[in-house]
Amino acid sequence: MNNATNTVLMKVEDLKVHFNVKSDNAWPWQKGQTLKAVDGVDLTIFEGETLGVVGESGCGKSTLARALLRLVPITEGHVVWLGQDLTDLDKKQMRDKRQELQMIFQDPLASLNPRMTVGDIIAEPLRTFKPHLSKQEVKDQVRAIMDRVGLLPNVINRYPHEFSGGQCQRIGIARALILKPKLVVCDEPVSALDVSIQAQVVNLLKELQAEMSLSLVFIAHDLSVVKHISDRVLVMYLGNAVELASKHALYDNPRHPYTQALLSAVPVPDPKHERNKKIQLLLGDLPSPINPPSGCVFRTRCPHANEECTQQKPVLEKLSDQHQAACIRLAELA
Amino acid sequence: MTSLNNTPKQATNNILEVDHLRVNFTTPDGQVTAVNDLNFNLAQGETLGIVGESGSGKSQTAFALMGLLAGNGLIEGEARFEGQNILSLNEKAMNKIRSEKIAMIFQDPMTSLNPYMKVGQQLMEVLILHKGMSKADAFEASVKMLDAVKMPEARKRMKMYPHEFSGGMRQRVMIAMALLCQPKLLIADEPTTALDVTVQAQILTLLNELKAEFDTSIIMITHDLGVVAGLCDKVLVMYAGRTMEYGLTDDIFYHPTHPYTQGLLEAIPRLDSNEGTLATIAGNPPNLLNLPTGCPFQERCQHAEDRCRKEAPTLEEYQAGKLRACHKPIHWEQAV
Repeated sequence: MNNATNTVLMKVEDLKVHFNVKSDNAWPWQKGQTLKAVDGVDLTIFEGETLGVVGESGCGKSTLARALLRLVPITEGHVVWLGQDLTDLDKKQMRDKRQELQMIFQDPLASLNPRMTVGDIIAEPLRTFKPHLSKQEVKDQVRAIMDRVGLLPNVINRYPHEFSGGQCQRIGIARALILKPKLVVCDEPVSALDVSIQAQVVNLLKELQAEMSLSLVFIAHDLSVVKHISDRVLVMYLGNAVELASKHALYDNPRHPYTQALLSAVPVPDPKHERNKKIQLLLGDLPSPINPPSGCVFRTRCPHANEECTQQKPVLEKLSDQHQAACIRLAELA
Repeated sequence: MTSLNNTPKQATNNILEVDHLRVNFTTPDGQVTAVNDLNFNLAQGETLGIVGESGSGKSQTAFALMGLLAGNGLIEGEARFEGQNILSLNEKAMNKIRSEKIAMIFQDPMTSLNPYMKVGQQLMEVLILHKGMSKADAFEASVKMLDAVKMPEARKRMKMYPHEFSGGMRQRVMIAMALLCQPKLLIADEPTTALDVTVQAQILTLLNELKAEFDTSIIMITHDLGVVAGLCDKVLVMYAGRTMEYGLTDDIFYHPTHPYTQGLLEAIPRLDSNEGTLATIAGNPPNLLNLPTGCPFQERCQHAEDRCRKEAPTLEEYQAGKLRACHKPIHWEQAV
């Protein structure tokens, strides 16, 4: 899939999303603690490309997705969309911008209003943003997009509960695409689906992307799916970007110890390979984002961590045109 | 219908023999057959993977074996555990077998533990109840088992509540609890589905080690073919409550002969291959209330012909130890 161009659609600079959390037994006057869900992420999204974001639960990938659309308050940093800083916009201006920025959610059924028919759900963005369209025009566009995502025209008056997960996700995709957005953020769009249905939806997203020259931000915890659909991949750990590279660079030659461990842990449906493979097991659990380790956030589970890692926080370093990783010992470990 | 159980009565080291197992549910919309005529054998120390999509009946198979079916469920057929049919046992006799000889790990480690009880108490309860141990002995045995499942600071953890544990650690507690009485058979219902990959790798490594150490037989229920590849000796592929294909793991993965098995294998994006569009299986998983006539897979099968639409294929033993239900199987060039 090489329809990516060099036009920068979105530039994210030092994005931080911090939440103030209070423990249940705190007094009202006591200050809460800060949960650093996203802690300083820089990235660029080009026109027509798919950027995959992977990481385990709690790494901040969903918060990052929401922050790109300003669906969560941004603590610090900038999200520049086509030269304009989204963080400067007021509510109304931001709402207008959302025509170009759409989202597909994880839970296919929960993201659809149970009391609206499929036709109404898909037409709602049109009615909101293009009120001048006649009823017939709306209907035509709804039918066209339904046809495109593989929904039969006779289901237009049905309700979401009558559909299977895969079909609900198609409805969600139709709703996101009817305004012809430039960027679609997909937050785990296929993780709730069965294998055979997952393949259908992934293929559909790929086709639609090529056809409408969309840019996708594809968030998932399944590294195989991300490999399949992405041009570039960002690996996150505890709110930080640890590696950002083209798909081939990342999967063929992962450089960050976390990425290496993550890739080795993915089971491959090949019995001989599985029996003989060496997994780099990570010890322990993810530290709390309320109280992250000093220096490198991964150091508590990293097999290569040393004294220096506790002191110095690594930043993404350029290894080649296509490859960036955040680890202070990259040169030694190579 | 040939089943493995009818084949020559060779080595009877099978600890579990499932024979024509059916599970029916009476629902307001009609009779639903969740498990339809299932046959398989499990030898001591062997691991069987049951694979299928949602609604294929794989979890209901496990529940039936454990005697945990919902009230409207009805079982037919036999499941002989060490020669004894466990499907007809009364509650008391079943309780004795449960967790002493057969233990189960559930999918959701978050909700399977009692939130009001300390983890240690929950573990000790098993031993006190089933083995009649004293509190002090049960405590020590539980600590030892937590150590065995690689729980850091096991002694300290005994006094903690489930909410203080992460998902991976709770699943370790579940595994420890299941293994306390050193069961002969462990049924794991999607034990890693709710977990992250790195944690999943930890748990799978642990299961492999336990297998080697205690010679436990495992039934691994999962939708993840990668998990099956690494852990299982045999695989049973289910669709709409029926067995589609059953055989050794290597045969199923390298030479699938049922179109559904092949479709499943091709539909997963793989880490070890590149690009291309994914092969898909058209359509949706079937509604058990309204199955197509003939083969349950025929509507989605690219090889389906008239016969498939009319008569359901029977499960046949097409080679020693390999079962398949299909009129139009895939033939591999080289003899396997």
